[in-house]
Amino acid sequence: MTSNSTLTPTDVLRVASTAAGHRRSPGMRIVLGIPYWVFTTALAVIFLYPLIWTTITSVQPRAGTSQTDRWGFGNYVALADYQAGIWVYLANSLFVSLLTVLLTLVVSLLGGYAFARFSFPGKNLLFLTTLAILMVPYATLLIPLYVILNAVGLSNSLVGVAIVLAMFQLPFAMFMMRISFESVPRELDEAAMVDGCSSFGALWRVLLPAVKPGLITVGLFAFLAAWNDFLAPLILITDTNKMTLPLAVANLRVQVQGVIDYGATEAGVVVLAVPCIVLFLVLQRHYVRGFMSGAFKG
Amino acid sequence: MVADTLPARTGRASRRRRSPRARREAVRGWAYAAPTAIFVIFVFLIPLGLVLRMSASDWPLMAGYQGPNFPDNYTEAVQHRLFWDSIGFTLKYTVITTILLVGLGLGLALLVQESTRWKSFLRTSFLVPSALGLASASLLFYVLYSPYAGPFADLMQSWGFTFLGTPEGALWSTVFLVVWRYAGFYMLLMLVGLQGIPDDVYEAAHIDGASRWQTFRDITLPLLRPTFALTIVLCVTGSLLAFEQFYILTKGGPDNSTMTIVQLIYNVAFQGQNNLGIAAALSVIVLIALIVINIFQLRAFRRPDEN
Repeated sequence: MTSNSTLTPTDVLRVASTAAGHRRSPGMRIVLGIPYWVFTTALAVIFLYPLIWTTITSVQPRAGTSQTDRWGFGNYVALADYQAGIWVYLANSLFVSLLTVLLTLVVSLLGGYAFARFSFPGKNLLFLTTLAILMVPYATLLIPLYVILNAVGLSNSLVGVAIVLAMFQLPFAMFMMRISFESVPRELDEAAMVDGCSSFGALWRVLLPAVKPGLITVGLFAFLAAWNDFLAPLILITDTNKMTLPLAVANLRVQVQGVIDYGATEAGVVVLAVPCIVLFLVLQRHYVRGFMSGAFKG
Repeated sequence: MVADTLPARTGRASRRRRSPRARREAVRGWAYAAPTAIFVIFVFLIPLGLVLRMSASDWPLMAGYQGPNFPDNYTEAVQHRLFWDSIGFTLKYTVITTILLVGLGLGLALLVQESTRWKSFLRTSFLVPSALGLASASLLFYVLYSPYAGPFADLMQSWGFTFLGTPEGALWSTVFLVVWRYAGFYMLLMLVGLQGIPDDVYEAAHIDGASRWQTFRDITLPLLRPTFALTIVLCVTGSLLAFEQFYILTKGGPDNSTMTIVQLIYNVAFQGQNNLGIAAALSVIVLIALIVINIFQLRAFRRPDEN
């Protein structure tokens, strides 16, 4: 499908390894034959074991309950009944994640278009300032953001969390979208504008399909980052009903003094992990492509 | 990626002579860039300015701004009984994770470089943990390490040890979790780096009769220099800001032995002391330290031929 000469970023892993196979580079066959198989199988077991163990024990009997000797979803039922209820936390997490994705996509789509196609005063300064977000530690900004969100009435608000999370996605998203637009020939949208499209019409009708892979990558990364984020909701959310899922699952441990519901925690980890792993496996190529462009900026 | 080569730097003289067309373009450009600018100003630059102001002000968590008190927050931050301990621990943790992750990343990449079915499976196995959030991974290992519910519970009972009970155990248990979570990510970056080495370099070495080890030492490693630079910078920056894994696994314990600098900032701001001013001063110190470390790293990794 993919030949060595045409490197499509969406298939990096395969191309990388095919090229390596041809060149027979050193080091890659340090361990050959049976020792290699034994060693790599052991490694794969180490990497997969925690995930498999958690999934299996999450459906194991719950100690100390009436369901002591039955396999099933007892842990998930316990998790569902926890505090405001798992559905509330799931809905909160989904809301924050989807809003973060939406904000990131809209801002980086428009911004990437501006940076790739227009020249305007302050352009370089704005682009560099966007990238400078990478230089500033997350934790450093959360304390003033806590104060600012309080001041503008967005304290304890999932919208506030999403705005903060979208801001931290901007360096990667803007970089990605600028590159995506720049890789599309200018003639394409210029022709559309000659034919009477406005610049927005050209963006919407002609360029949007062309930059779709970039948008998928940006959206995937924004979703995973928001879904998994812990520190921002930890600092910005104090209301139990507004906690996101990672926070709620972590709180299972401090619920009752000294009593930790390990089974429900495992069930929570599974609920947290499944969407990520499914997304990762389905969109693996975009995931890799994202890392690729991340690597290029070094 | 940093420098913009478009003719934006044409100087003030030409700006005045801007044609109506160029002005229209500038207006359009700004219209599309406006959301970016709003985000950057209100969610990044203003908070950044505020953290500087907070660090020079008396600012209790509940009461808000109480007036300037520079440099009290800074002296109190430096005199905090855990300040130097947390810096020492964070540095120790950073050195350990960086060595392990960069080394393992390269090792795993070399193991799975070729495109056989089995190696693709291995690559995916190593990568799957990096799809998990750090908090989820930490919660998973919290149960795994538990002396009551984990798979090693019986073993721990009979041998009388706990994973997180001693300072050394807590450190290495957390390091193991982080390596498990990130090794695949660093493997991927290494694979990209290995792929960037041109084939003919290896062919030339092969013709010259270089052994595998010689080729690896004299060609692969030196040509991976930019990849090493990137991975080390990423790993150092990430590890210096470690928080979730310690917050969930150890809460900085036992006996504050695993207190990282971010955990200390969090504690000062929201646990016990409730002093945002001192927390902000700590944040500014960390921010400056990180910028200095990054400049130093980028300089150290710059190739001799580029200035």
